[in-house]
Amino acid sequence: MRTQTGQTDPALIRNFCIIAHIDHGKSTLADRMLQITGVVDDRSMRAQYLDRMDIERERGITIKSQAVRLPWNGHVLNMIDTPGHVDFTYEVSRSLQACEGAVLLVDAAQGIEAQTLANLYLAMNADLNIIPVLNKIDLPAAQPEKYAEELAGLIGCEPSDVLRVSGKTGVGVKELLDHVVDTIPAPVGDADAPARALIFDSVYDTYRGVVTYVRVMDGHLGKRERILMMSTKAQHETLEIGVISPEPLPSALGLGVGEVGYLITGVKDVRQSRVGDTVTSAAKPANDALGGYEHPRPMVYSGLYPIDGDDFPELREALDKLRLNDAALVYEPESSAALGFGFRCGFLGLLHMEIVRERLEREFNLALISTAPNVIYRVIMEDGTEHTVTNPSEFPEGKIAEIYEPTVKATVLAPAEFIGAIMELCQGRRGALQGMDYLSEDRVEIRYTLPLGEIIFDFFDQLKSKTRGYASLDYEPSGEQDSDLVKVDILLQGEAVDAFSAIVHREKAYAYGVDMAKKLKDLIPRQQFEVPIQAAIGARVIARENIRAIRKDVLAKCYGGDISRKRKLLEKQKEGKKRMKMVGRVEVPQEAFVAALSTDSSGAAEKAKK
Amino acid sequence: MRASDRVNELPGIGQTGRMPSVLPDGEPVPTSGELPSSALATLGGRPFGFYVHVPFCASRCGYCDFNTYTASELGSGASQSSYADTAIEEIRLARRVLGDADLSVSTVFFGGGTPTLLPPGDLVRILKAVHEEFGIDHDAEVTTEANPESVGPRELAALREGGINRISFGMQSARDHVLQVLDRRHTPGRAAQAVHDAKEAGFGHVNLDLIYGTPGETDDDWRASLEAAVAAGPDHVSAYSLIVETGTRLAARIRRGDLPMPDDDVAADRYLIADELLTKAGFSWYEVSNWATSEKARCRHNLLYWSGADWWGAGPGAHSHVGGVRWWNVKHPSAYAARLAQGHSPAHAREQTSAEERTLERVMLELRLVDGYPLDDLAKEVRPAAAKALAGGLLDVEAFKKGRAVLTLQGRLLADAVVRDLT
Repeated sequence: MRTQTGQTDPALIRNFCIIAHIDHGKSTLADRMLQITGVVDDRSMRAQYLDRMDIERERGITIKSQAVRLPWNGHVLNMIDTPGHVDFTYEVSRSLQACEGAVLLVDAAQGIEAQTLANLYLAMNADLNIIPVLNKIDLPAAQPEKYAEELAGLIGCEPSDVLRVSGKTGVGVKELLDHVVDTIPAPVGDADAPARALIFDSVYDTYRGVVTYVRVMDGHLGKRERILMMSTKAQHETLEIGVISPEPLPSALGLGVGEVGYLITGVKDVRQSRVGDTVTSAAKPANDALGGYEHPRPMVYSGLYPIDGDDFPELREALDKLRLNDAALVYEPESSAALGFGFRCGFLGLLHMEIVRERLEREFNLALISTAPNVIYRVIMEDGTEHTVTNPSEFPEGKIAEIYEPTVKATVLAPAEFIGAIMELCQGRRGALQGMDYLSEDRVEIRYTLPLGEIIFDFFDQLKSKTRGYASLDYEPSGEQDSDLVKVDILLQGEAVDAFSAIVHREKAYAYGVDMAKKLKDLIPRQQFEVPIQAAIGARVIARENIRAIRKDVLAKCYGGDISRKRKLLEKQKEGKKRMKMVGRVEVPQEAFVAALSTDSSGAAEKAKK
Repeated sequence: MRASDRVNELPGIGQTGRMPSVLPDGEPVPTSGELPSSALATLGGRPFGFYVHVPFCASRCGYCDFNTYTASELGSGASQSSYADTAIEEIRLARRVLGDADLSVSTVFFGGGTPTLLPPGDLVRILKAVHEEFGIDHDAEVTTEANPESVGPRELAALREGGINRISFGMQSARDHVLQVLDRRHTPGRAAQAVHDAKEAGFGHVNLDLIYGTPGETDDDWRASLEAAVAAGPDHVSAYSLIVETGTRLAARIRRGDLPMPDDDVAADRYLIADELLTKAGFSWYEVSNWATSEKARCRHNLLYWSGADWWGAGPGAHSHVGGVRWWNVKHPSAYAARLAQGHSPAHAREQTSAEERTLERVMLELRLVDGYPLDDLAKEVRPAAAKALAGGLLDVEAFKKGRAVLTLQGRLLADAVVRDLT
């Protein structure tokens, strides 16, 4: 049979992905495809079948991509799911590399969003055949004509070429599948050459170890074959190889040219099976790896500390476990005078950071404080020495010649009425306007260069609130720039509290200092002595508040011999005192750290509100 | 401590013996009320007192969350008229539980509620029952609380005649607008008249209770209240900071913004004013919230609580302590009466304090007294904290030299902080 796994005729294979914005209905459309092609029956269908993690299902986003093999009219379709967020651009690019075509899925009531546009450009650069599709045409608010025109303008096709579907009702899905067969090219590879397969995803499974998703470009990978990872030179044996349809289906014949599937080697750490790497046969290795491999590079750093200091070993264990499934997560132990022992963690971006934090709290039941996120600074001293600063506490003393901060190229798509608000926001974040284009009569694309450090605070929330939720944002690293940055320290009774230090632009130092001092004044209870709170750049104080000494800490007395009650109250107070962190002589409740740090990062602030 | 944190704390107002409305958790008590033999072993080695709770009030004051009931709140199953007999049942039970030990009673205290809502004869009958069962010392202190408006010369004479020799009036304030915020029904001059009448009736000891920090009260209002209290001629004054209890009308009014939340700094100022004025008038503090004209004028019943002695508390919600076991009665008068009618103990729950808990209690209670706490009895690991409190001006230097931790004026205002540091 020409569609037998491992021997599929490449001419019958179509490899495609779906590019879509969060909420534009990718998972629902995928669900319909599973049903219509018959790989999932109606009884075992569940919503968003392919999204494995709870967080994915709850947030309605896909973090990890997967690939499903679908039979359709004598053909084999491999649908490769792609993550939809800017933090995972690299993973997206690898998924695209595994395809010959892409379905560009856009909500017919909302139009294209910034991240979709960015991924569309990635797909076009990868020479993929693009099938433009409007989804949710069953919605009363759908405007298919308007958005078909917008998509046609972007891709360079006719509005009539834009397909219309409803993932919810199934309308147009069969036609879309036929269109995939008709328009997406079949994969081409050399079946006799040494095996080369691209890793486009790598997932840790508790029972199976690492499951590696591959697209075979040349040659053949078999069961019980010694394989070689070309970037790490590591060798493993394929204990199992197969396809997902949509549950794992082992293949006795392995995988051939153009096929998409998984392999399991028994390794326990996704770092041994890296996205973008090339798998080849150890016995007959290929000379050249497939191009485009990149090592994941953290962009944002934050300190994670257990609220209960005794939980430090649990936090370490949890990070070690998460790491098995997250090749981009880096961390190393650090200690803070204020927060005790914790880890400085590096993330791909803000969403990545929030997901890690949420998983640590949810799956490992840890209560955490995270310090304000920061980026990597390059500090060059007058004597020419250079420091890399991922934590304000590493900011060097002495004469500084230059400080470089990372920048991003940001793209905002929004209705034209919000241009003013968006420009005001970007300007306030030290952005430089790079250009503006109208996508349609009333939708614009605005491009800015912004310091990454300005985006990792509450930029996205601000953008959303200033545009009533209509704007979408995408950004990609664009190098670095020399900036006038300073480190602001917060001092309690003259003693700097490391957890509150921040690296900010000189013009924003004052506002940061005043704000933090005010917040702490309200958060730290009165002590038996006066506590001055100062914000300072070096030795220069830029803001000051005072916590007056407490004058009364006594209860009237014990009533009618109800001594137990007062004793229990004192015991409770003593317990509370134990949980205080001592900063010099000042007792600072944990909650003050949480609250003071949280308002700087939108995600944590929301958690504090709950 | 922040003002807003205080809502859930202990009651700060009212008079000795009043019960807060919330009971602590504890272990169950056998229906006989029987005590562990360990608790009874040392009985008689310490002074023994009797507290009788009278859980009735003519109306509920807006700040009060004590275990007391107006006629309309009482419901069926309990009544004021049968209350004395029910309480006497518990006194008989107390004798059975405590066994035959020679236990003469050195203090009796009628608290409430408003004990004087009962006819004087009822209080006297209860007192007689205590005497019959245990024997009351000839020089015992026998106190009753009273609202200034609820007793006249005839009642006072009858109480005095029946063996009650000390009376405590809930004066609270000499300012009409303050009394109104507190929902007190008496007029400002009424307390002075009551003290006068009590002395006429032969009471040797008279206390006035005052409250400071009521919303709307000024420093001058507070001075005027202190001056009026002193002028009335009591030999004992208790002054309490108003604490807003959750669930009271006062708390609701503050939450709605009708009244401002009492401020801790204002309360500190008022305390200093109280100590200054009372000291000038010949009173000395002997406990953080209590001042007396002489050692003899100190409230012996309260001192018994604070020194870890034994007492039996009779009445709904009343607390007792015997040999390291603390227990408390069911709260509602109906439930209380029903238990006793069946011949069962009215105890709701109890606890046996651990050594560590007893130490905390001892420091917490004794440190508030003018004689303070012996330094030698402090645990080694808290000695540095004692030295720090001394250096911080919270402990008295002269007393420290003599081996005692005694709070200074500033220390009294931060007493709970010192207790936490020394335990």
